Amino acid sequence: MIITRLAWQSIMNRKFTTLLTILSIAISTMLLLGVEKIRSAARTSFINTISGTDLVVGSRTGGVQLLLYSVFHIGDATANVTWKTLEDIKKRKEVKWIVPIALGDSHRGYRVVGTTREYFNRFRYRRNIPLRIAEGHQFSDLFDAVLGADVARKLNYKIGNKIVLAHGTGPVSIGKDHGDTPFQVSGILAPTGTPVDRAVHVSMEAIEAIHVGWETGAFNDQGEKNSPENLRKMDLSPKEVTAMYVGLKTKMSTFSLQRWINTYLHESITAILPGVVFGQLWSMIGSVEKTLFIVSSLVVFTAILGMIISILASLNERRREMAILRAIGAKPVQVFTLFTVEATTIAFLGVIFGFIGLYGVLFLIQPFIESFTGLYFEISAPEWNEIILMITIVGAGFLAGIIPALQAYRTSLSDGLMIRG
Amino acid sequence: MFVQNNYPAISLSNLYFSWGSSGNNFRIKITDFQLKKNESVILVGPSGSGKSTLLSIICGILRPQKGSIQILGENTENMSNSVRDCFRSDHIGIIFQQFNLLPYLSAIDNVLLPLYFSKVRKEASGKTISKISAESKRLLDVLGITSETLGMQKADTLSIGQQQRVAAARAFIGSPELIIADEPTSSLDEENQVEFLDQLFSQKEATGASLLMVSHNTQISKRFDRLIELEKICDTSSKKEKF
Repeated sequence: MIITRLAWQSIMNRKFTTLLTILSIAISTMLLLGVEKIRSAARTSFINTISGTDLVVGSRTGGVQLLLYSVFHIGDATANVTWKTLEDIKKRKEVKWIVPIALGDSHRGYRVVGTTREYFNRFRYRRNIPLRIAEGHQFSDLFDAVLGADVARKLNYKIGNKIVLAHGTGPVSIGKDHGDTPFQVSGILAPTGTPVDRAVHVSMEAIEAIHVGWETGAFNDQGEKNSPENLRKMDLSPKEVTAMYVGLKTKMSTFSLQRWINTYLHESITAILPGVVFGQLWSMIGSVEKTLFIVSSLVVFTAILGMIISILASLNERRREMAILRAIGAKPVQVFTLFTVEATTIAFLGVIFGFIGLYGVLFLIQPFIESFTGLYFEISAPEWNEIILMITIVGAGFLAGIIPALQAYRTSLSDGLMIRG
Repeated sequence: MFVQNNYPAISLSNLYFSWGSSGNNFRIKITDFQLKKNESVILVGPSGSGKSTLLSIICGILRPQKGSIQILGENTENMSNSVRDCFRSDHIGIIFQQFNLLPYLSAIDNVLLPLYFSKVRKEASGKTISKISAESKRLLDVLGITSETLGMQKADTLSIGQQQRVAAARAFIGSPELIIADEPTSSLDEENQVEFLDQLFSQKEATGASLLMVSHNTQISKRFDRLIELEKICDTSSKKEKF
């Protein structure tokens, strides 16, 4: 008991250096726990890039590839799915809603997503947040486009601006644009932190319309026939989709419908559970989080090293103190304990302050962080892995304290009473 | 640990101690040395004559290679380290030349420190916290440190003279039977020396302790019952003391 008190008073006596040591441990703890928080927030945010969609369906391909092109608009589909297949799936009793996605065009590097109006009601991201139209309205005319937040911001588009879509998805599209069928910006979506921000949304019919004359793969100008006025009169009901988002009445039927789709006889198609494939994808890019974790662990290690150094540096001036304690009857073991208690206390205080600091900062910046980065930090009681991390840091402080404590132990044995101030 | 009263405070016989085994190392040989109960002895000798080493042996910090050490009738040379540490804290009060105090504790807390390590001395100074605290204040006041003001100050804010008195109060608290002082006055000016010794001796009388003081200052020796020159009792053989 007296040893604990002496340790505490000795810490308080060297307030300034101890405070610096505590601060460095606190900051490294903040960093380590912060990385842990960011990691789990990033994972949650990534896995829930689309939520509320039970199955994503596309032509037969790997799950990761289907997810990449249908949700992240990365890469291209190898084949499309016929509209009849969509109708067949829609007829299944398990299906609550189905939203088609038609890809393959772009606007100045941003993907064009052909879809239905239902898309804006059904698409959910992260914590089941629906899309919100910040300005304007959904497409009502054939040549209306709804822009993602990034598209509008980067290209500085306002409601009513005319934009021209390009055939294909390459960044350069000279000579391949749908120049005779310009679109008008009808709405701009609020930022979501998902690939939706970088997409231009138009109706399925519009996709059909701008491809009239492209049936051979190259544009065959048929003059009058391609004028917007003429296109409006044509039957533009969609014949193909690239992918579809499917919502089910009950999650129980997810696997049976997935099996039905995967064994659908009329066309080779694949259905994936987005959450499952997101998990696979995340584990592929998971080495980044490991690297972050290692780096912040090294920072903690450095801070603890700093603590050992500061205690070791004080040892010489404290030889006197040890001789006094020995003279009044303290055992060398008690001198040893004094130093380990000191180191452990410093590490403990550092961890506590780091923890409080992190939660304080999170509390302050949480509202801004979500709107800027799309990462949502849940402020709740610490998770088990965080508690284990904190205990580990205190434990490391204790183990580190053994080094100066052993030194003190040996000094107090050899010095005895004989140190001359 | 009950210690019978009629034994000498210190009794050394055929003591042999050497720092290491090589022939060049510093060695101490003492055939016979006695400090009687209630006696005060001043041990003089030039620096490097082994005074401090001898005190360490008596206090049980160093273990002699040969011979016997009896403190208050107890043979300490064969005690385990931990038992010797307890024995020291129960029966011996030690005053150093200087830097006696833990700088981060108040004067009173410094005085109380030995009681945390020795049950015997804690019980001797009163069982309750208020009695113990009163005793520490009384000792400080007796030794010329106003407990209400200086007693509350951190030890490192006191002058050296004041620190030595606090150290004396710490040595005497709980009335240990033996007081060992290692040149406690050498850092004081003459006026302070006289006053300090007056107070030291009056406390010694009050508690009935035996006092062994090491010094190279023979001027103060007239206050002591006996003056012993280390060279007379001790066969040292080395050019230099190790510390």
